[in-house]
Amino acid sequence: MTDNTANTASDGPMLAADGTTLKSSLNRALRRQKLRALMLIAPLLIFVLLTFIAPIADMLFRSVENQIVSETLPRTTAALADWDATGDTAPPEPVFKDLYEDMFIAKERKLHTRLGSRLNYELTGVSSLFRKSGRKVEDMGEVYQDQFEDLNKFWKKGENWNVLMGTSSWLAAQNAWDKASKTAQPTLEIKPEIAALLPQTAQMFTLFAEFVQVDENDNLAKEDPWAIVYSALYDDLTAGANVAGYSGEGAAELQEAAAAVSSFETVDFTAAFTKIDKDWASVDVWRTLQVYSPEFTAGYFLNAVDMQKTIDGPEMRPENEQLYLKLFVRTLFMSLVITGSCILLGYPVGFILANLPARTANLLMILVLLPFWTSLLVRTSAWKVMLQQQGVVNDTLVWLGVVADDSRLALINNQTGTIIAMTHILLPFMILPLYSVMKTIPPSYLRAAKSLGATNWTAFWRVYFPQSVPGIGAGSILVFILSIGYYITPEIVGGTTGTFISNRIAYHISSSLNWGLAAALGAILLAVVLGLYWAYDRIVGIDNVKLGG
Amino acid sequence: MAALTPISRTPVSFYVPVVAAAGAVAGLFVGTAQGASLLGVVLGAVLLAAAAFVMTQIIKVESPSRWGLVVILAIVGFFLGGIPAMIIGGAFGWFFGWFSFWLYEGRYRARVAPYLTPGQVLWHFTFRVICGAILVFLITPILVVMPLSFNAEDFFTFTPEMLRFDPEGYSLKHYRDFLTNSDWQNALKNSVQIAPMATLLSVSFGTLAAIGLSQPHVPFRRAIMAILISPMIVPLIISAAGMYFFYSRIGLQGTYIGVVLAHAALGIPFVIITVTATLVGFDNSLTRAAANMGAGPVTTFFRVQMPLILPGVISGGLFAFITSFDEVVVVLFVGSAGQKTLPWQMFTGLREQISPTILAVATILVVVSIALLTVVEVLRRRSERLRGMSPA
Repeated sequence: MTDNTANTASDGPMLAADGTTLKSSLNRALRRQKLRALMLIAPLLIFVLLTFIAPIADMLFRSVENQIVSETLPRTTAALADWDATGDTAPPEPVFKDLYEDMFIAKERKLHTRLGSRLNYELTGVSSLFRKSGRKVEDMGEVYQDQFEDLNKFWKKGENWNVLMGTSSWLAAQNAWDKASKTAQPTLEIKPEIAALLPQTAQMFTLFAEFVQVDENDNLAKEDPWAIVYSALYDDLTAGANVAGYSGEGAAELQEAAAAVSSFETVDFTAAFTKIDKDWASVDVWRTLQVYSPEFTAGYFLNAVDMQKTIDGPEMRPENEQLYLKLFVRTLFMSLVITGSCILLGYPVGFILANLPARTANLLMILVLLPFWTSLLVRTSAWKVMLQQQGVVNDTLVWLGVVADDSRLALINNQTGTIIAMTHILLPFMILPLYSVMKTIPPSYLRAAKSLGATNWTAFWRVYFPQSVPGIGAGSILVFILSIGYYITPEIVGGTTGTFISNRIAYHISSSLNWGLAAALGAILLAVVLGLYWAYDRIVGIDNVKLGG
Repeated sequence: MAALTPISRTPVSFYVPVVAAAGAVAGLFVGTAQGASLLGVVLGAVLLAAAAFVMTQIIKVESPSRWGLVVILAIVGFFLGGIPAMIIGGAFGWFFGWFSFWLYEGRYRARVAPYLTPGQVLWHFTFRVICGAILVFLITPILVVMPLSFNAEDFFTFTPEMLRFDPEGYSLKHYRDFLTNSDWQNALKNSVQIAPMATLLSVSFGTLAAIGLSQPHVPFRRAIMAILISPMIVPLIISAAGMYFFYSRIGLQGTYIGVVLAHAALGIPFVIITVTATLVGFDNSLTRAAANMGAGPVTTFFRVQMPLILPGVISGGLFAFITSFDEVVVVLFVGSAGQKTLPWQMFTGLREQISPTILAVATILVVVSIALLTVVEVLRRRSERLRGMSPA
């Protein structure tokens, strides 16, 4: 900082009233001003970020998010990572066993159908395969459960399991718990020696306990374990768990079981799954599972451009399944046609408004602003009423004899309907920027050109038109941006051939529930719009957007 | 506008053929409607050319001859096709009476520059007719909806009774339906509850931010502006999708608050744009003067700045209100049946073709928007006047 004693103006820097240098004082004032401006803006900025930008970001996230596969089938996807998908054999038995465990747990948590419908977007038929497998997967492990229970009645009872697995302090707390008290159940604590001795059983039992206690809110003491716990116990015992060293509760039964397991009938999971549905033996299902194992996927985006993910990388879908590229092209094409017709209709009106005396122009302006201010639904319903087979336009044409009564024009539920209605709806957005640009072109230019010998056409085309181009540019981009994202009007007057990509997005959100694909389609549309927005900002400047003249 | 060019009467050889040509076009329509196009063309041309000649050369006085033609053609129309045709006939008569004298006296030349060639004069009027047609295209849908909403039948088209101007063909039953049907009343109630709340939010946040944005030194002004304007640019379906996903994550989907927040976000760009536009003309020395005379920032804001920018704030608020009141895509996704608004109800009605009550609602909405348009226009003028008063 400056030396405060140097207060003479002749030597040293200029000082402000409070003794600091003028420069730093001004800087501080500027900083304060900036801060004040930011403080005023901050509430709105935060509001918009939370209510608008965050949802958009969420949508972009959803377009690549794919955690559902690895969350629902964690073991299977981990095991599948090593499987060679290029071969033509299904994965080996251990993968099927992992699938059994994952499927069993998913079925109990009722998640398998959700995953089924997710994967069905990629491979048709997976949804029903999962549903079918979910129903039958419970029986699969019961082979072990039955054998354990036949061996000793001890294994039948949930209470016995709790005694075997849980610590005594937890057991006491669990037995004291009363459902009516509405408090949470004490979380299961596995005995450390059991966890070391029977790791898989402990893991499965913990999952089971958590499910019973949290998801179902049933008393754990009264529930019998899942079949999957028995097969885990079988695995632990056959893996050579040293039960002889264990001396806690249930040691005798455990040792008895350890001695008997070697003679148990085993389950062939591969065969069991294949018996449910032979699709499990085909590599297609497994390839799909492997391809969609990662937590993030470009799959939705590929779908959105009619491609699919295969083990050899992305490739085009077969011709008859292609849909979205066509739809994108149609959306762009129709938006161009709408923009074109808006220029065609808006240019003369803009011109005449800019060249008429102010009073008349203001009166005519009302005719432009009234539709602009009228509810979109009102205008769309008006067009629906007018364009119908029995509508006003057709009635008039029939009355005039232009078309025969039995060959009324199909003006609605096709592209014609969408183009007519949307041209009308977006026309004010073209006229207003055109008008504001044309207002600034002095009419004397045209007269000067003509007096210098230009013909009408040359005067217009070489003198007037080039000056009105900024208006055309601004209006066109505005109309184009608005039209490629339109939803309501195409939905009502577009039928099947006159719909836009936005109608497909809405369909995927509310009907087919393929949110990922909807998000990917939306992200592509958003990218196009933002590109145009950027161009608009460069050409017109976003500050110059005018509303209602 | 005063006459630019001295006018003189035109020769018979000019205006009679022109009237004949126009008469041929009119005859074509009438003839086609009666099933005899060619006869219509010939009769129209001959009759109207004769009428033009008689009116200008024999009667010579404009007003009586024009009314005479109106009466004659109206009677002809009545015999051809009843009351609707009578009105059309009368309109034709009015037009041709005026058209004949307009050409005959050379009045068409008065308002155009004297140096124009006949071709340019012709183009001048053709161009106006084209513009007129486009303006008719802009306004017709709204004009068609209004009479149809008084339809006595449940049709979306004009019934023969309506065309005959039979009082039987008209009724207020669709308005009655709107006022009594609980679906529509609920929708109206929801709309009225959501829109003002959303407007209040966007106006209060938006005005503050607009004042901030109009300060001379704002860091990242462009980026902030882009973010704040984005709800207007991003297609509604994308906003709706994003909000649907995000709001269902945080439990706002299907709630009143969710819809209000979403609509407030959509209305913000309009408030920002209108208020910053008003602030461009705001003279900052006024606030300094107020501060100089001892007013605190709050007093200055409410007593000096606010009254001056109020027109901009109100028209921004009206834009925000209209945005929310008209909005259907976002509410369709973010709302649930409990937040069904008027546009939503209309949308369902249009998709399922239930009843012309939609048209009655549409008419009411048109009237409301005319009222709002008037308010905005008045405010704009007032704002211009105020700005003119403040020292530049």
